[in-house]
Amino acid sequence: MINDYVFGVAATEVQEVLGHQRLTRVPLAPNHIVGLINLRGQVVVALDLRGRLGLPGRESNPTMVNMVLRTDNGPIAVMVDQVGDVMNISDDEIGPVPVTFGPPMDKLLDGVCQLDHGLLLMLNVPEITRPALP
Amino acid sequence: MNEADQLLDDFLVESFESLDQIDLEMMDLEVESDSPDLLDSIFRGIHTIKGTASFFDLFQLSNLAHSAENLLSLMRSGHIKADSQIIDALLASLDAMRLMLDTVSQTGTDTSFDQTGLINRLARLAHSASDSADRHDGIEPYDELSANHHPVAEPPLDSHESVESSLFLFEDDDVDDPASAAGMDDAHSGDDGRLDDGAEPKKAGRKSGQDVSDGRVRVDVGLLDRLMNLVGELVLARNQLLQGQKDSDQHISQIASQQLNLITAELQEGVMKTRMQPISRVWAKVPRSVRDLAIACDKKVRVEIAGGNTELDRTILEAIKDPLTHLVRNAIDHGIERPEQRVEQGKPETGLLEVRAFDDGGHVIIEISDDGAGLDLRQIREAAVACGVGVPEAIATMADEEVANLIFAPGLSTANTVSNVSGRGVGMDVVRANIESVGGGINITTTRGVGTTFTIRIPLTLAIIPTLIVRCGDEPYLISQVSLVEVLHVGRGTDSEIESAGGIPLLRLRDTLLPVVQLREVLGLEPAELNTGANVDIAVLQIDRVTFGLVVDQIVDTEEIVVKPLSPHLNNLGVFSGTTILGDGRVALILDAAGVARGSGLFRHKQREQRVPTARPTRRGGDAETVLGCMVGSTLIGVPLVLISRIERLPATVIEHTMGEHVALYRDGVMRLCYLSDMVGSSGRPEPEVDLTVLVYEQDGEVYGLVVDEVVDSLEIDPANGLSVGDQTLRVAATIGRRESDRIKIDELVASTRSVVSR
Repeated sequence: MINDYVFGVAATEVQEVLGHQRLTRVPLAPNHIVGLINLRGQVVVALDLRGRLGLPGRESNPTMVNMVLRTDNGPIAVMVDQVGDVMNISDDEIGPVPVTFGPPMDKLLDGVCQLDHGLLLMLNVPEITRPALP
Repeated sequence: MNEADQLLDDFLVESFESLDQIDLEMMDLEVESDSPDLLDSIFRGIHTIKGTASFFDLFQLSNLAHSAENLLSLMRSGHIKADSQIIDALLASLDAMRLMLDTVSQTGTDTSFDQTGLINRLARLAHSASDSADRHDGIEPYDELSANHHPVAEPPLDSHESVESSLFLFEDDDVDDPASAAGMDDAHSGDDGRLDDGAEPKKAGRKSGQDVSDGRVRVDVGLLDRLMNLVGELVLARNQLLQGQKDSDQHISQIASQQLNLITAELQEGVMKTRMQPISRVWAKVPRSVRDLAIACDKKVRVEIAGGNTELDRTILEAIKDPLTHLVRNAIDHGIERPEQRVEQGKPETGLLEVRAFDDGGHVIIEISDDGAGLDLRQIREAAVACGVGVPEAIATMADEEVANLIFAPGLSTANTVSNVSGRGVGMDVVRANIESVGGGINITTTRGVGTTFTIRIPLTLAIIPTLIVRCGDEPYLISQVSLVEVLHVGRGTDSEIESAGGIPLLRLRDTLLPVVQLREVLGLEPAELNTGANVDIAVLQIDRVTFGLVVDQIVDTEEIVVKPLSPHLNNLGVFSGTTILGDGRVALILDAAGVARGSGLFRHKQREQRVPTARPTRRGGDAETVLGCMVGSTLIGVPLVLISRIERLPATVIEHTMGEHVALYRDGVMRLCYLSDMVGSSGRPEPEVDLTVLVYEQDGEVYGLVVDEVVDSLEIDPANGLSVGDQTLRVAATIGRRESDRIKIDELVASTRSVVSR
């Protein structure tokens, strides 16, 4: 969950969920890179998706959770406000991204899913963790 | 990978290794032509390749190996003796085998090859020898498929063309002498056949041959056992530690953690060793390539190798492989003279190439020296001017050593130095770049007529490096000690001081002024204000012969760290080279000293060039010089920073005008003033009653003050580009006082003024 949006990520792409970690900030880095965390001896980049998704920013706070995703470039942490439930969704419940979602959201989403209490936005993991081009 | 592939792979790795081994043995055989041990060993090697090749249905390969084996068996039985013809043919076969193995590793078959020519050549040698002796039963004409008599194997690549079209960036006096150059061409074309099937396929085969074997490392079983033991101890120590913690037993925990400390250190060393490989792995091929090259260049060369057991991390070995090959080629092609020249100069006919490696406290030094002609510095100077590597004045006054090092500058070449042998498209600039990419350095010393020595200095390993921890803002940063010169705390009253000239801070370190870079500024933080005499911690760094002071918030400690690569998300920031995890579990960034210098604008002109989107390669100016940019009237003048001992602001009251000379009372003495405005023909001197900004310059006990209007900034100028000026509004630029062994003559200063209209 980020701001008031509920996002979904395929559980198979999530390596683990960690509480607040000590962050090393990276000067000069793009805004969406919050810093580096030490994941059991491995240095992992932590991203703040707000910037990427075009959502209003908020200072990172201790209640934020690191969700570590598996990617082709090794694990990458994504800071989210809250982690909700694991739920089963079948493929046919996921619909296409409505055309009303403009950039940058449309590129970063895989689809949407109608839940009882709102929309679940499925994140496109390779896209959100892709390093920005130089 | 299925089982058959695995087998084939093993065969390839083994075969490449044994071919290398045989190569060396062939070299020895050339000296000791009848050593039965050598012959046996070579025979066995070829035999194994033949047998395994036919197992894999590689008939072309096994046919060729069979023919070579036939010839060798005759030699073993004493029917023929190894002569240069036979050795050439055998070496050619070895190279052809390499090429075939290489193709096999990519395609899985060797059917694309027709080695009939080479097989016939071997058979002819065997026949002609055995005709004179009794015909030996052991030889059967194994394969006489084709009547097509190629004299030698035809490698599939057009090697001749690649040799011809290559360009070379190194030169010496060979070019002075057209006769010698032409003679070499002749010799070369006469030997073309031999060189083509000799040197070229070997190169190709070797390259990818190692690709196959590079994926694995051979580790001494003893070392592996020791590592296993250590891991066992590690587990024990962990159990103890856990136990101690469970029982809250301070004593046990303490012992266990001490134990852990020892084991870790040993384990680190052990695992490191598995990555270390003797340097001989890279230069095992040196004797062979020396032989081929010497023949191709029609020279006589003896090679002496020492210190092949010196070990280096394998990634570093990879990086220095090509530079070493290149330097060896250079030494033979350009360094060592032709036999008749050598005799004329009273040197032994056979040139000597020495390749040495030895440890030197955390570094490995590799020396490649020849007793050849040495570099022709005069010609390098001319070429440097002709190729625009430097401005003529700069080059004319350079020390000899600096001139010699100019050969590493990109773009230094003249049309008539293109060589058939050394030009492989790898220039000396690439040699230096490769060596620097692994944190090493290369230097050259040369004496005309006596020889040239290249000294390469490389760190033992890249994975664990000693660093300096500094703090800036809230975060720690690390600086590799490779680029660190010294660490200082400066302030008022210390030997060294920050001097601020017109808001531009400079570090006076003993008697030199160094440009100052603030890490805060580089990292985009609010920079501190640096006034004269400011109290700060400074790390003095040297990159690419530019020395500068890096102002940090605090110097913390030194630590050996394990380098972790930078995430692709952070690759393009430019100032960081990696990350690490500190003792307290924090992630820290490793600063790239060169990146910091670039980020701070020390290499401003270079950065600007890089932004230009043309395909022109960026220059890596090795001779860039830091100058102090000063405004005199509307002219920007660059004064080499090394010349100036300090910058002073003189009140008008201390200045006296006597007999046309202007002097100032300065530090218990007299300083002669030199108005730079006179030199640039600019609009008048500062008003007499105004305070003066003066660059203090000392020579032979006399103190001179160069009067300028304003100090602008320290700038980097590159002789290759003439001058570069940061500010677009400046129209005219000039530079004064070129260095001549670090001294200038004040009266010549005016004469050497040069005005350049930029824009």
